Amino acid sequence: MMRAARPFLAVEGLSVEFPTEDGRVQAVDGVSFSVERGKTLAIVGESGSGKSVTAQAIMGLIDRRLSVVSGRAWLEGRDLVAMSDDEVRHERGSSMAMIFQDPMSSLHPFYRIGAQLSEAVLVHQKVSKQEAREQVLEMLNRVGIPDPKTRIDDYPHQLSGGMRQRVMIAMALINSPALLIADEPTTALDVTVQSQILELIGTLQQEYDTAVVMITHDLGIVADIADHVAVMYGGRIVESGTVDEIFYEPQMPYTLGLLSSVPRLDQVRAERLDPIPGNPPSPISLPPGCVFQPRCAYSDRVTSHACETVRPELVDIGGGHTMRCHLDADQRGQIASDVLSALAGGGA
Amino acid sequence: MSAYVVRRILSMVLLLVLLSLVVFILFSLLPADPARLTCGKGCTPSVLEANRIKLGLDLPVIQQYWEFVKGLFVGRTYAANSPDPVQCSAPCLGYSFKRGEEVFVLIKDRLPATIWLAFGAFVLWLAAGISLGIYSALRRGRWQDRSVMGFALVGYSLPSFFIGLVAIFFIIIRWQLLPFPSYISPFENPVQFLQTMILPWIILATLYAAFYMRLTRNQMLEVLGDDYIRTARAKGLPERTVIRKHALRAGLTPIVTAAGLDLAGLLGGAIITESIFSLPGVGSLAVNSVNDADLPLIVGITLVAATFIIIANLIVDLLYAVIDPRVRLT
Repeated sequence: MMRAARPFLAVEGLSVEFPTEDGRVQAVDGVSFSVERGKTLAIVGESGSGKSVTAQAIMGLIDRRLSVVSGRAWLEGRDLVAMSDDEVRHERGSSMAMIFQDPMSSLHPFYRIGAQLSEAVLVHQKVSKQEAREQVLEMLNRVGIPDPKTRIDDYPHQLSGGMRQRVMIAMALINSPALLIADEPTTALDVTVQSQILELIGTLQQEYDTAVVMITHDLGIVADIADHVAVMYGGRIVESGTVDEIFYEPQMPYTLGLLSSVPRLDQVRAERLDPIPGNPPSPISLPPGCVFQPRCAYSDRVTSHACETVRPELVDIGGGHTMRCHLDADQRGQIASDVLSALAGGGA
Repeated sequence: MSAYVVRRILSMVLLLVLLSLVVFILFSLLPADPARLTCGKGCTPSVLEANRIKLGLDLPVIQQYWEFVKGLFVGRTYAANSPDPVQCSAPCLGYSFKRGEEVFVLIKDRLPATIWLAFGAFVLWLAAGISLGIYSALRRGRWQDRSVMGFALVGYSLPSFFIGLVAIFFIIIRWQLLPFPSYISPFENPVQFLQTMILPWIILATLYAAFYMRLTRNQMLEVLGDDYIRTARAKGLPERTVIRKHALRAGLTPIVTAAGLDLAGLLGGAIITESIFSLPGVGSLAVNSVNDADLPLIVGITLVAATFIIIANLIVDLLYAVIDPRVRLT
């Protein structure tokens, strides 16, 4: 059967199209990736690259009366995109869950956290309110909320940012989902709290054998926790591979740009940070060729000028490491080694 | 909480004192002469002057104000030294010589009609405004939304004296669906009461309902875009629960404030609606008192109306603290 061969989460050619006043916008265009249980996929990209929309499309949080979601998103062999709204709703919070960027605004300000967590239990499990409360206490304890018996009756504004994100994690994991999507879960938190939250997600991931999709723009986080990385740009995946492939054998100039715009403490830097020049493309008017071409420092090396006119296909360069680029293998190798050695401290 | 309430009540009293002082001074500056009202057709300058002294109108404004405040608590006797003194028992809001009646009594007699009108319209406009506002928000951009908002725009733009008169002309005069309005207490004749009130309720509520439709719709649209609504959906809650439990709770909070203050404003008299339907309420009394330049009555009505608003402010603030746990009353 097909089903047995499929990865736990297999996204195939997922696209999301929004109508706007300026015409239809292709926010996500043919995105494919997969994650196994217990593994972490990091989706990396700038704001507007389509990473959050991808996550929301998988979760069924895109209003399909207004937008067009196409492609496939197989979760344990069942296609989430083909499901009715009500069927996806039953999966949300039970077999898949999501945590968000800002834990303050993501919790309802008027309800006690106990009530908000119990609600998640009661909607998916046939248990009494008392049993739900027991589960909530247990879960709050697990995510490291001190004195959960008191805290359960707190309102969100009475908790610190880190505590609120712990509550969000508790809410997401309370029905032991097999898939957790974390949309920049640490961006709004202090640096010290960030690592605690990531550690917590890692621990619980092992405990529940959860597949994690981590959406982030922070490559430091990616290096810490990801098994696989998908780099998104202009609504497409432009490069994906294992974390080692992305960090040590990057192919696509955009990935290189991301790597060189991050400060690294583990290496002595000779030069200042290199931000990628320009801004991400507007999804309303994407360049006709490679979407990264206007910002790419190397596109003039492609003699055919294909970068300006032809969308590069996603090419597998071996072992599941894929990328979109018109540069040939030698050129890419040369550019990558130049950039990486510059990063490592000014020339080999 | 209780310390807060005590403090708020104290500041409320202070506000009322200031307000009454301002009203009092303002009206004493008007060119109209209250003494003239006490003096009939055969008025001579000497009688007028005598009356002025009897009424204490020769005193400085501040002293007159003091007499007024004292009267509120212990009552007051006008023209005490004359053969026919006028008694005004506490709480004395003044005495209308034009009408030969205590201001307090005049207002008290008119309050029931105003209160019935205000509360009836209040219930109608909240029911219509909030439900249609929510409906509109949930169908944003579609024809249902556009029709509701179009209706709101019409209701908002048409002056109530216009739709009131049109309604009287067609429903009462042309089609004779209802008898001519004649106010009676609901305890005496509930049927006649309803027949009289139904049109004023609808006319008054239309204006407010239109405003509340827009307010509710905007509130709901804002809240529906909030992050915690996305969280509620991510939990797998049915859309019905997301709307009723999560969105409404947050979206309707500001409407409580608006509703409390609007209701209080109407308790001071719905001048236009009361006048069109000749309801014996505070609003039509206010119009009459202005027409007659009946200064003591105008001052009394102004103060009573202001008091309603000040009390409503306190109640709304307290309610807000009950609804929104983030609000701390300190």
